[in-house]
Amino acid sequence: MLNSLSNLFYRRPQLLTALLLGGPLAWIGVVYIGSLFALLIQSFYHLDDFSGTVVHEFTLSTYAELAATANLQIIMRTVVMAALVTLAASIVAFPIAYYAARHARGKWKALFYLAVMMPLWSSYLVKIYAWKLILAKEGIVSWIAATLHLSWLLDGLLSTPIIGGSSLSFSYIGTFLVFLYIWLPYMILPIQAALERVPNDFVEAAADLGATPRQAFRDVIFPLAFPGVIAGSIFTFSLTLGDYIVPQIVGNSRAMIGQAVYTLQGTAGDIPLAAAFTVVPMVIMGFYLLAARRMGAFDAL
Amino acid sequence: MRSEAGWGLKLAAGAGIAFLHLPLALIVLYAFTTEEKSFQFPPPGLTLHWFSAAWFDRPDIWPPLWLSLRVAAIATAFALVFGTLAAAALSRARFFGKDQLSLLFILPIALPGIITGIALRSAFDIMNLPFSTLTIILGHATFCIVVVYNNALARFRRLSPSMVEASMDLGANSFQTFRHIVLPQIASALLAGGMLAFALSFDEVIVTTFTAGQQSTLPIWMLQELIRPRQRPVTNVVAIIVIAVTFLPILAAYYFTRQDEHRQG
Repeated sequence: MLNSLSNLFYRRPQLLTALLLGGPLAWIGVVYIGSLFALLIQSFYHLDDFSGTVVHEFTLSTYAELAATANLQIIMRTVVMAALVTLAASIVAFPIAYYAARHARGKWKALFYLAVMMPLWSSYLVKIYAWKLILAKEGIVSWIAATLHLSWLLDGLLSTPIIGGSSLSFSYIGTFLVFLYIWLPYMILPIQAALERVPNDFVEAAADLGATPRQAFRDVIFPLAFPGVIAGSIFTFSLTLGDYIVPQIVGNSRAMIGQAVYTLQGTAGDIPLAAAFTVVPMVIMGFYLLAARRMGAFDAL
Repeated sequence: MRSEAGWGLKLAAGAGIAFLHLPLALIVLYAFTTEEKSFQFPPPGLTLHWFSAAWFDRPDIWPPLWLSLRVAAIATAFALVFGTLAAAALSRARFFGKDQLSLLFILPIALPGIITGIALRSAFDIMNLPFSTLTIILGHATFCIVVVYNNALARFRRLSPSMVEASMDLGANSFQTFRHIVLPQIASALLAGGMLAFALSFDEVIVTTFTAGQQSTLPIWMLQELIRPRQRPVTNVVAIIVIAVTFLPILAAYYFTRQDEHRQG
């Protein structure tokens, strides 16, 4: 019995492939992709204002609603935040990745790797909670500022319009710091991988041809590592665009895309508009990925 | 040629690593504080009281903890089967649309969690599936499959086909070959993938908020405590438990994948 089945598989390898792939494909291909399509279709329905029910007719009025000033502000705010977080993450991540890739070796290298992996895999909520402790009015940042007699600096920062707030945990500065913290490892790892692939011969050749270390870095190492930065930015940008828990816990009351989606589908019951909102990060990420592929970021993943 | 790092680089790298770890250290410190109502720093005093309070006085912690462990275990088992099957199929066969298909299998991780969450929620609505432990597991399995798939695929690609051929030449059927030749070689990758999937599921909150209905997993319990805190240090105690439950599997996964990188060069 088993032998004849085995022979059948040998004669017909496509049959085996189909059998292996059937379950997973039904799952991801049908259930998951089907759900995404169902969501997309819902964005072309609209919510009847009087009855509060969803009208199942094709219309673009939900997208017109998306273009209202308040909603565009939500989108702009989220995109600017994602861009700033991405920029800051690449600046903070680069020295860590550079040291790990080009200087650390042996035991230190393993330690560095774990030191990046541990925060990456620690609980998302625990990480956000940690920042709630840090940024609280009575927390460690205020204490350090007071100890160093720099409270005036902190107060000045908090009284700045737009980015300030009643305390760090109710301001854009806080939201920004938490995003930077939780997505930073996603930036470090691709940069490190890209830096490790820069051949040492190239650097030596640059030195032989008379380049100072600074020039070698600027003209050889950095351009070769740049696809790694782009690869990392895919994660930091996409994750910030879709997140709704961080701005809910640390931040002011002005919503970002994720929060808008969450409240629209929940308390407001406006599934069509929520669906239209989710199309925004999908479209932005689509263009972002196309641009990233052109810059060779996928080879660095 | 590895020159000594300049002090500027060392300082920047060290500060970055410190930035990544100090917040986690603070979580641990605050579990021992005597201050219950605020996040006062430095803590006015240290106590072990909250550990016993979490154990004895807070029965609301246990059901979410069990639910999370159960969901993570079932979703991981599910992901192990489906992820391995998909990796086996896509690593051995060549067929039309294979590249698109492999892109499809990483989509649940590439798209923001909120999109996966709301898409599954509306699909469950359409299918008239009531929200229950089952829907939580279905949601988690979707991204757990990806983790197992990635780990298994990397290993399948490094398997040498000549060993499988030799086994067949010596008269083994495909089931015997799988049992005695393939499985021992992919076992540690599956173990690593399974552990990562478990940790991911145990910690997941975004997809879960959309598919859980009235039930609370441990991350949802924590989210509620963050929004409406009761005994703040108890939340820290639970946070330490969460760190331990997710961190140990990750350390183990690192150990398993590292070991065979050494072996296979």
